[in-house]
Amino acid sequence: MAAGVATWLPFARAAAVGWLPLAKKTMPKPPVDNSSRSDEILYVNVSGVRFQTWKNTLDRYPDTLLGSSEKEFFYNEDTQEYFFDRDPEMFRHILNFYRTGKLHYPRHECIQAFDEELAFYGIVPEIIGDCCMEEYRDRKKENQERLAEDTEANEAMDAPLPPHSTPRERLWRAFENPHTSTMALVFYYVTGFFIAVSVIANVVETVPCRPLKGSVKDLPCGEKYQLAFFCMDTACVLIFTFEYLMRLFAAPSRCKFMRSVMSVIDVVAIMPYYIGLVMPENEDVSGAFVTLRVFRVFRIFKFSRHSQGLRILGYTLKSCASELGFLLFSLTMAIIIFATVMFYAEKGTKGSTFTSIPASFWYTIVTMTTLGYGDMVPNTIAGKIFGSICSLSGVLVIALPVPVIVSNFSRIYHQNQRADKMRAQQKVRLARIRMAKKGTTNAFLQYKEDRALGDRDSDSTALCVKNRSAFEHQHHHLLHCLEKTTNHEFTDEMTYSELCMTESVGFRTSRSTSLSSQQGAQNNSTGCCPRRARRRAAMRLANSTVSVSRGSVQELDTLHMKITAIPPQTRSSLNAQLEDLKLNCGEQDFSAAIISIPTPPANTPEESLPPSPAPIPGILRNTRATAYTHDKIKVSSL
Amino acid sequence: MTMVCHRPEGLDQLEALTNFNKRELQVLYRGFKNECPSGVVNEETFKQIYSQFFPHGDASTYAHYLFNAFDTAQSGSIKFEDFVTALSTLLRGSITEKLQWTFNLYDINRDGYINKEEMTDIVRAIYDMMGKYTYPVLKNDAPKQHVDAFFQKMDKNRDGVVTLDEFILSCQEDENIMRSLQLFENVI
Repeated sequence: MAAGVATWLPFARAAAVGWLPLAKKTMPKPPVDNSSRSDEILYVNVSGVRFQTWKNTLDRYPDTLLGSSEKEFFYNEDTQEYFFDRDPEMFRHILNFYRTGKLHYPRHECIQAFDEELAFYGIVPEIIGDCCMEEYRDRKKENQERLAEDTEANEAMDAPLPPHSTPRERLWRAFENPHTSTMALVFYYVTGFFIAVSVIANVVETVPCRPLKGSVKDLPCGEKYQLAFFCMDTACVLIFTFEYLMRLFAAPSRCKFMRSVMSVIDVVAIMPYYIGLVMPENEDVSGAFVTLRVFRVFRIFKFSRHSQGLRILGYTLKSCASELGFLLFSLTMAIIIFATVMFYAEKGTKGSTFTSIPASFWYTIVTMTTLGYGDMVPNTIAGKIFGSICSLSGVLVIALPVPVIVSNFSRIYHQNQRADKMRAQQKVRLARIRMAKKGTTNAFLQYKEDRALGDRDSDSTALCVKNRSAFEHQHHHLLHCLEKTTNHEFTDEMTYSELCMTESVGFRTSRSTSLSSQQGAQNNSTGCCPRRARRRAAMRLANSTVSVSRGSVQELDTLHMKITAIPPQTRSSLNAQLEDLKLNCGEQDFSAAIISIPTPPANTPEESLPPSPAPIPGILRNTRATAYTHDKIKVSSL
Repeated sequence: MTMVCHRPEGLDQLEALTNFNKRELQVLYRGFKNECPSGVVNEETFKQIYSQFFPHGDASTYAHYLFNAFDTAQSGSIKFEDFVTALSTLLRGSITEKLQWTFNLYDINRDGYINKEEMTDIVRAIYDMMGKYTYPVLKNDAPKQHVDAFFQKMDKNRDGVVTLDEFILSCQEDENIMRSLQLFENVI
């Protein structure tokens, strides 16, 4: 658990007062706090660096921590100094701000750490001096972008499905992340294949094929095999339409989906076909129809769903919009200027190709981009001079924005690579976090087992109780209070599933049937344990038959006689392994401890449901548990 | 970007307002300031903090009610003064004060009465904190039964609501509760 959480533990424990009127049992005693609470000062070596400054210096900025009375909270009367448990390196910069009035950003520091320090001392980042402001802003923006990406990657991609997702949500996820399920992957590749087929068909149908018999002219393949191409086109369009409709159905926000670029491309790709279907066969309109077929080439853009590189290129262009705009604008300016000049320079020449200024635009563009087709060439000397100036300036104007675009592309590409790396490492990270979390929950369950043993005899506690910090003691006490309030206990997942399983197995003790008929009347919730009533009866029964007194192996044996549901191998293995158990803990009372964990003194034995575990599942679990862990006893307390 | 920053009143005033001495207030403030440099805790942060203590289940609903109980001014954020006054009541206050605080916690709409719906919400929130894996297995109507038992005990005149006086009276009659109230005094 985070160290900072320790600060809040006292308040969480104090808030537990709110549970008291509800609690069905008395609260457990809190752990005895032997350590002196005068640990107001946390001794951290880092903060041993002593700074000295005038009070006036600090008073210069009364709206910060150091300048106001807030620092009195940090005054340590013993050592007559203000003690701050912060980074001394950063503090140097903070103090310099008071001295010189200018706040500098240290370039080697992490931007977030610096921000946190500023927040703590109550200093607004806006007053960073001009010398360091740009660096600060750049790094802050970079950091924010990275964080935004990370959160996006977290929530979007490889997170496991929420447990209760509708088919619609699952469909959407399958579309967005094809590698989550095999079906999605298959669909992904199929659509990719059909896009390729469609594009190739579009291309091939214009290639000239051998002409039909009896004709001389070469025919484009599209007209020769018209039916075949039509069928192929239909098939592709059907697939695309189906895909589009599925996406539309599965999209969480249909309006947003319909406005997205990919959806527009999809629509543009399939519309020409449908328009062609409904279009009548007359001459004027079919000309427009032919133009429409051009849009079929947009199908190639559908590949951007399949190719990340294409998407990156798209993002780059989008992010370089301003640079591209500048390029366009400056080019337009230059074209107009040079076209005008060339036109007037070549005006007098006979047979000049520079018929008008717009006609000269073509020359200017071809020259500035250093293409030089040679279809329009200046003949006069003035024309040649201006033509050369035009080509030289063309190189400059085009070369200037290109590095900016390239750097943008490289930045986005690297970001994407980082995102992929993050995704790959995410699984490991999540697993680690899950383990840490389980550690906390397991610690509490372990504490309960140890407590059970500890209550028996102080000797065994030394053997079986692990060392725990004061914080853990108090936290476990808090969790224990919650258990007492709700009259339920925490268990782990394994135990819980066993609980459900054993109930469905159905315990049948002789007397339980009578009780179960009583209990059967109250059929409460469905849940996963429908036979809870009978099981409860069995437990109650078993508890009463097995004495709470210190038992021996025999008692366990007699207990087993009553239980018919336990398979024979467990029984024998239990008997065999009891030796191990007893040896491990070195305490003969351990077997009794399996049977019943002693209830707190306030409880009377006739409590309806003692919190002690049912011996039956306890033993069952015990055997299984010892099968798992041979080095230490693991009695998961029920 | 504006930064909300709240500074508590002086140490002396707080010492007068609460039952803590200067040193204890210093300790409390240092922890508080470390966690919340801006000086206020908003509900989201509060929920996150509280959830860390109950990893088994979902503590957010209960944290919401707790937040409202701490945030006496209903300002949407807990300042250090709210924090420390509540702690003072809970840890150093008289029995009546503690019970009054608890009553305010249960009385979600602050109308002076606890009715069954409010109590059911609170109890359900507490049960949510237990999580799924409990022994015995949590039934769906366990909160309701709990609430019924509670009303059985507390609602003296059987009018369906529990007033502050009924609450305090009933709690004072219950030995368990009285004993438990003493338990938490040495938390700080």
